[in-house]
Amino acid sequence: MKVLEMNHIKKSFGSTEVLKDISFSVERGEVVSIIGPSGSGKSTLLRCATFLETMDDGSMSYLGHSLVTSKNGKAVYADKKEIKEALTYFGLVFQNFNLFPHFTVMKNITDAPIRIQKRNKDEVYAQARELLAQMGLSDKENAYPGQLSGGQQQRVSIARALAIKPNILFFDEPTSALDPELTLEILKVIKNLAAEKMTMVIVTHEMSFAHDVSNRMIFMDQGVIVEDTTPDALFHSDNERTKAFLGKYYAK
Amino acid sequence: MGVRTITLGESFQQLASGMGTTLEIFFLTLLFALPLGLIIAFGRMSKNALLRNIVKIYISIMRGTPLMLQLLVIYFGPYYLFNMTISMAYRGIAVIIAFSLNYAAYFAEIYRSGIESMPKGQYEAAKVLGYSKPQTFFVIILPQVIKRILPALTNEIITLVKDTSLAFSIAYMEMFTMAKALAASFKSMIPFVAAAIFYYVFNFIVAYVMEFFEKKMRYYE
Repeated sequence: MKVLEMNHIKKSFGSTEVLKDISFSVERGEVVSIIGPSGSGKSTLLRCATFLETMDDGSMSYLGHSLVTSKNGKAVYADKKEIKEALTYFGLVFQNFNLFPHFTVMKNITDAPIRIQKRNKDEVYAQARELLAQMGLSDKENAYPGQLSGGQQQRVSIARALAIKPNILFFDEPTSALDPELTLEILKVIKNLAAEKMTMVIVTHEMSFAHDVSNRMIFMDQGVIVEDTTPDALFHSDNERTKAFLGKYYAK
Repeated sequence: MGVRTITLGESFQQLASGMGTTLEIFFLTLLFALPLGLIIAFGRMSKNALLRNIVKIYISIMRGTPLMLQLLVIYFGPYYLFNMTISMAYRGIAVIIAFSLNYAAYFAEIYRSGIESMPKGQYEAAKVLGYSKPQTFFVIILPQVIKRILPALTNEIITLVKDTSLAFSIAYMEMFTMAKALAASFKSMIPFVAAAIFYYVFNFIVAYVMEFFEKKMRYYE
């Protein structure tokens, strides 16, 4: 079953066309990495999928629920109630964590499930403690984000995204704000999630990690999907643009 | 024979009821101006250009003209503009209206500076987690804004303590109006000394209380 399906997505900022007719979908249990140079549109694609940007044209559905349809060349969004419901289908992990600094780690994780999803408090706390244990942060329940390292903060933000029990988890360059050591910390967490068959879409610059963790890799450049294939096929691609991009990374 | 003078202790005694009135002006102004300022700040940041510009002009006038003049306009306005009789009771009301309208404008700009300094990521994280716009504002944004604006707010509140004395311009019987009358009738500086001590102690307490709040907000970085 397709968790996410996006078709013919178009998005411009002013006169700059950032997404030019992009289509892609994610099956349950799949791990998809999106790579590409800065400005290729990969983050914008993720932001359209998570309702942080409004697409100009195209259609989108989560779990078969249509949320955006294309009518006369314009994207038409479903009503507020349906979108609100759709927000529980996915979680998003930001590059800069965006934890709430005035909440403890525990409250960061539990506030949305309790306040928004109206779930049982005890159940949410139990789940949060489980997630924190999984993230190796059991002793940080009552800490504030400002007291944690970047890697710890990012692990809390992953736990926060998982707490709403999403069907799919998006990562927007989750390690770009971290040093190499902390990056490994986060990559390990994502690998563990992949082993648990969590459906994930990861926008990243960590090429070898993307290769190892993904079932599928997408290479984007200048607002189009250049290739959408297996990691091995992508790394042995004959496509000139793909080769040029990957070549720059290997040259490092 | 012998002109009766006034001691400091007597001055305080005589001024006691006025001090109560001054405190009343102070607290009532805060009570109305703090929430009103937030509403004005929303207007100032509105997407509606008409509303935004009206509020902008309002703030500009409130900041660009003397509070004493605003007070006189609000007190005498009903008489000059509509020929209404001004009752004694209206004096206190005029003071609270003028002070609240004026201070709300200053508070609005302080709120705005705090709200606009919040990183976009906080709104985005809240949105993706399903918080509605009011929930995002009151649960995520406002608590952080308050911490950021406390020092600026303290400045304004200290100014308010001293500005209460402007009520003398419509002869409203707060502490300073009484001190002036007392000084004139006894031909003595002592009532002014008492007034000065009162303001200083009042502001000392205000600064202490605000520092306490700032410390309380330091539970997170």
